Amino acid sequence: MAGEQPIRVLIAKPGLDGHDRGAKVIARALRDAGMEVVYTGLRQTPEMIAEAALQEDVDVVGLSILSGAHMALVPRVRELLDREGMNDVPLLVGGIIPDSDRPGLEALGVRGIFGPGTSTDDIASYIRQVVTTKGAGAA
Amino acid sequence: MSELASRVLTGERRALARALSLVENGHPDGEAALSALFPHTGRAHTIGVTGAPGAGKSTLVAALAKALRATGKTIAVLAIDPTSPFSGGAILGDRIRMTELHGDTGVFIRSMATRGSLGGLSRSARDAVRVMDAAGFDVVLIETVGAGQSEVEIARIAQTVLVVEAPGMGDDVQAIKAGILEIADILVINKADRPGADNTLRALRMMLETGHPALRSQILSHHGRLMNVEQSDDRTRGLSPLSEMNGALWIPPIVQTIASEHKGIDELLTAISNHRAYLNADTHLQALEQSQIAIELEDRLREALLSRLLAGLHNGEIDSLIAEVQARTLTPNDAVGRLLESARLRA
Repeated sequence: MAGEQPIRVLIAKPGLDGHDRGAKVIARALRDAGMEVVYTGLRQTPEMIAEAALQEDVDVVGLSILSGAHMALVPRVRELLDREGMNDVPLLVGGIIPDSDRPGLEALGVRGIFGPGTSTDDIASYIRQVVTTKGAGAA
Repeated sequence: MSELASRVLTGERRALARALSLVENGHPDGEAALSALFPHTGRAHTIGVTGAPGAGKSTLVAALAKALRATGKTIAVLAIDPTSPFSGGAILGDRIRMTELHGDTGVFIRSMATRGSLGGLSRSARDAVRVMDAAGFDVVLIETVGAGQSEVEIARIAQTVLVVEAPGMGDDVQAIKAGILEIADILVINKADRPGADNTLRALRMMLETGHPALRSQILSHHGRLMNVEQSDDRTRGLSPLSEMNGALWIPPIVQTIASEHKGIDELLTAISNHRAYLNADTHLQALEQSQIAIELEDRLREALLSRLLAGLHNGEIDSLIAEVQARTLTPNDAVGRLLESARLRA
């Protein structure tokens, strides 16, 4: 049963805003693209997200942030992932991110920033590309 | 011993997570780790939680894990959700109901997709449970996919099986049909504050009273077996009388819970520890494990033989037989006969 293993993605919704429709649309689209999507629900702290990423051994973490708190939340998630030895797990951000914040997030190693209007196909192929370039993923 | 396996044995969480992935993906490193870990398995109490979609399995698992933590036990959770038959993808959403367990290093939660398995579990669930067991958790809770009437595979890997029902999901005939209710060691009526809970309780009681308390080892050996194997397999069938001779049968208790409010959870814990005590008395646990291993070996043998046989066939051999069957010039049974003959000649 070797061969293509499904890509595992964590889709998380940090912060206090209560709108997870976007996150659910993304989760569903990635499922339809053949990925295994761990969805953890609303109001996740960075600690919860890092813990879930570790236990689920995901290939990618996607954060959906609409609250404007991304400059506080994203660095914290990155820091916690790195602390757990998950430096190789790419972070993607979706939601409302002003252009002026993009360089700051990119400096943190955020590999993809997706605003409103992004096609879900683009996100899926972006994830596929990021995961294959980081290597086989095993051990 | 592989480095990964020794890190799992020391309880390192990242190693455990990685080992679970390798095992799930059938990676050679996963198999090596599993071999190294196997002698360290058999200590955890494995508890299966099954029932219809929406019955409250995830919420119940979270409440149970929390209550077990309060008694000092460490808990691993394996939560299984279905893979899409069309895309091969899955949404694994069981963690949504388990956020209250966050931040506790005595708890480890892992989600897994069925990846095509139909029995309510994934193909590698049994091995994933072993990895968690070897990592030293006292209890492994296994949550199946939302199960209908015939997803009974959990009985082959768990020591104690909870079947979760919610009120309003069918009349008393549903309760006497064969299948999932038969594998229950403990029946749980969740959402017990909902209308119709009394009817559900009555129907389940009636089911228990009208039936013989079934022997799990018997149920195990009757489910999902090939007919001819069953007829010729006296050794595994001989296991059932073994537990019969050991006296007292286990009658499944019915426990009512409202998992979202943590109500009835103490009673459920008592029922679980009673069942554990029953298993530990006499040789019940050994008999159960023996029949589970017998079935596992048979499963693995069937898989190995099939893949070896398929590998030994010529390209197109099956296709030409398919054409003959479709043209009604050959019966499916005779087609299989020819495949077996052809594989044997070449062996």
